[in-house]
Amino acid sequence: MILLAFLAQTLRIAIPYLFAAAGGTLSERAGLIALTLEGYMLGGAFCAAVASYQAGSPWIGMLAALAGGGALALLYAVCTIRFRADQVVVGIAINLLAIGLTRFFLRLLFDSSSNSPRVPGFQVEGSGTGFGALLQNPLVWIGLVTVALVTWVLYRTPFGLRVRAVGEHPAAAASVGVPVARVRYLAVAASGMLAGLGGAYLSLDQHQFTDQMTAGRGFIALAAIIFGRWDPRRGALACLLFAAAETLQIRLQGSEALPSQFVEMIPYVLTIVALAGVVGRAVPPAALGKTTTE
Amino acid sequence: MKKLLILVGVLLVVHVALLFVHPSGAAVPPTGDTVDVGVVFDLGGRGDKSFNDGAYLGAERAEKELGVRVRFIEPGEGSDRESGLRLLAAEGMDLVIGVGFIFTDDLTQLAKEYPTTRFAGVDYSVATDQDGKVIPPPPNLAALKFREEQGSFLVGALAALVGRSKKVGFVGGMDFPLIQKFEMGYKAGVKKVCPDCEVISQYAGVTPEAFRNPGKGKELALSQYQQGVNVIFHASGSTGLGVFEAARQTGKLAIGVDADQYKEAPGFVLTSMVKGVDNAVFDAIKRVKERRFEGGIYQYGLAENGVGYVYDANNAKLIPADVRARLESLKQDIVAGRIVVPSTR
Repeated sequence: MILLAFLAQTLRIAIPYLFAAAGGTLSERAGLIALTLEGYMLGGAFCAAVASYQAGSPWIGMLAALAGGGALALLYAVCTIRFRADQVVVGIAINLLAIGLTRFFLRLLFDSSSNSPRVPGFQVEGSGTGFGALLQNPLVWIGLVTVALVTWVLYRTPFGLRVRAVGEHPAAAASVGVPVARVRYLAVAASGMLAGLGGAYLSLDQHQFTDQMTAGRGFIALAAIIFGRWDPRRGALACLLFAAAETLQIRLQGSEALPSQFVEMIPYVLTIVALAGVVGRAVPPAALGKTTTE
Repeated sequence: MKKLLILVGVLLVVHVALLFVHPSGAAVPPTGDTVDVGVVFDLGGRGDKSFNDGAYLGAERAEKELGVRVRFIEPGEGSDRESGLRLLAAEGMDLVIGVGFIFTDDLTQLAKEYPTTRFAGVDYSVATDQDGKVIPPPPNLAALKFREEQGSFLVGALAALVGRSKKVGFVGGMDFPLIQKFEMGYKAGVKKVCPDCEVISQYAGVTPEAFRNPGKGKELALSQYQQGVNVIFHASGSTGLGVFEAARQTGKLAIGVDADQYKEAPGFVLTSMVKGVDNAVFDAIKRVKERRFEGGIYQYGLAENGVGYVYDANNAKLIPADVRARLESLKQDIVAGRIVVPSTR
């Protein structure tokens, strides 16, 4: 019983990470740093809430989240690919832009700078805390399918091969006729759309958008990507691991056995450990973050 | 190139010179009867259905009833808070109000820089020196504080009395003394009516972001409900919206904070521990208007109706008459000083 509750909670916490990490892996494998996941998620969460409120259907909200996350991602792509701006700088700017834009429109649409009104979501009243409630939420299923889909696309399709090629050696890829810029645009747009869905899970599950409700989840997802050494399957496992750590932290809090701050540190400590090369060497895609290549 | 260097040099000198310009000298003295009040909101801003909205209500009432002029500033990120206060002080407002504990340091600093302007801080946290003695705020600053532990004590007793479980829950926002006050009062209230009850108390984090993480709030609440808790009291700002969501999902009860939060989840909100931020703000403005404003520490507790719990048509059916009577007698005991509610760990 306790184990089931633990697993259900881990999965609930992991879903937004899974979306963002799957998307971010695509972007990073194409050579573009996914520092912007936080912003995509926030944008997706906001668009989902607004559309679900206006249309009265969370499914419309999901579509809007795809569009919102994708739009922010395209902006990032245009700045870094077309205008060759520094990815880290643009990434930070996009995250700040997402915070500002969502707050601005929250004010404009709902006359509040902190919360949207209640919006339709998937959750059913009185469905409890176990797996039952979880499995009624289609975003949970879509999240699990997404991981498999991204893995398949990345390793089993020509597009995936191209993504990996432009991330490792764009000049070589271009020399054999791969349209480097177009592949990167597509990979980044997909990353934004997927991370946007992760945000939609947050706001639709809450039935409400709250200012900055993503609360650093995009960065946890980025840590999971790195910890998973840029492989979507290992990345997904890392997401589950981080979510399990968070669940543990929630369960242990107040038990005085272990200061909760220690458990809270786990994702970050693991990421540092991964980067330091303790669990196998973490080798990023060779062209990751490089701007002047075509 | 040389011209550019000269230009930069000149700008630099002007910039440095401006740093020494002290705008307080230029402050316009209060003109006649109109009183100008400036209010700077905390994170969350208007529409938080909590204490920012409370401060707004109080100021709005003062505008109507006392005929004062009020200006509101809603800062974005951290550094804007201080500049918002500074702007209002420099414009010669008669009273500048900072809403939220987070303004404490900025208010103290500005009150010293603008000794002729009056300041008030909602939830101002009074500092203590090494010996634990209270360092009084500057003479032109009114610290509007609430005895949250007293109100929390009553809702704690209520949670234990109607919870039908030996476990009751608490979800806090940021783990720091202001919120620990709620927790300690709540625990004391639970233990008063049910000595063998267990209080599961958890916090969403250790930074101010912990006040706006509804996802985390929902997870904390779901895990508590799953462990057999039937009533959860939250003191966690927007994070608490997740607690209400969890209450809906599990069909259990939650207790709101600061304002009456019944509308967040009708039928699932047992009551709310309300803070009279509107009255405190109104009082401060009124004292300025009547020219009897004084700095110092103002405490609003049960006796002053500064804190309390909601009992109205919405939740009356959740609170039996004998429970209600018990709460009222506990309230009298606190007001009379027969019960002293702890406020620190």
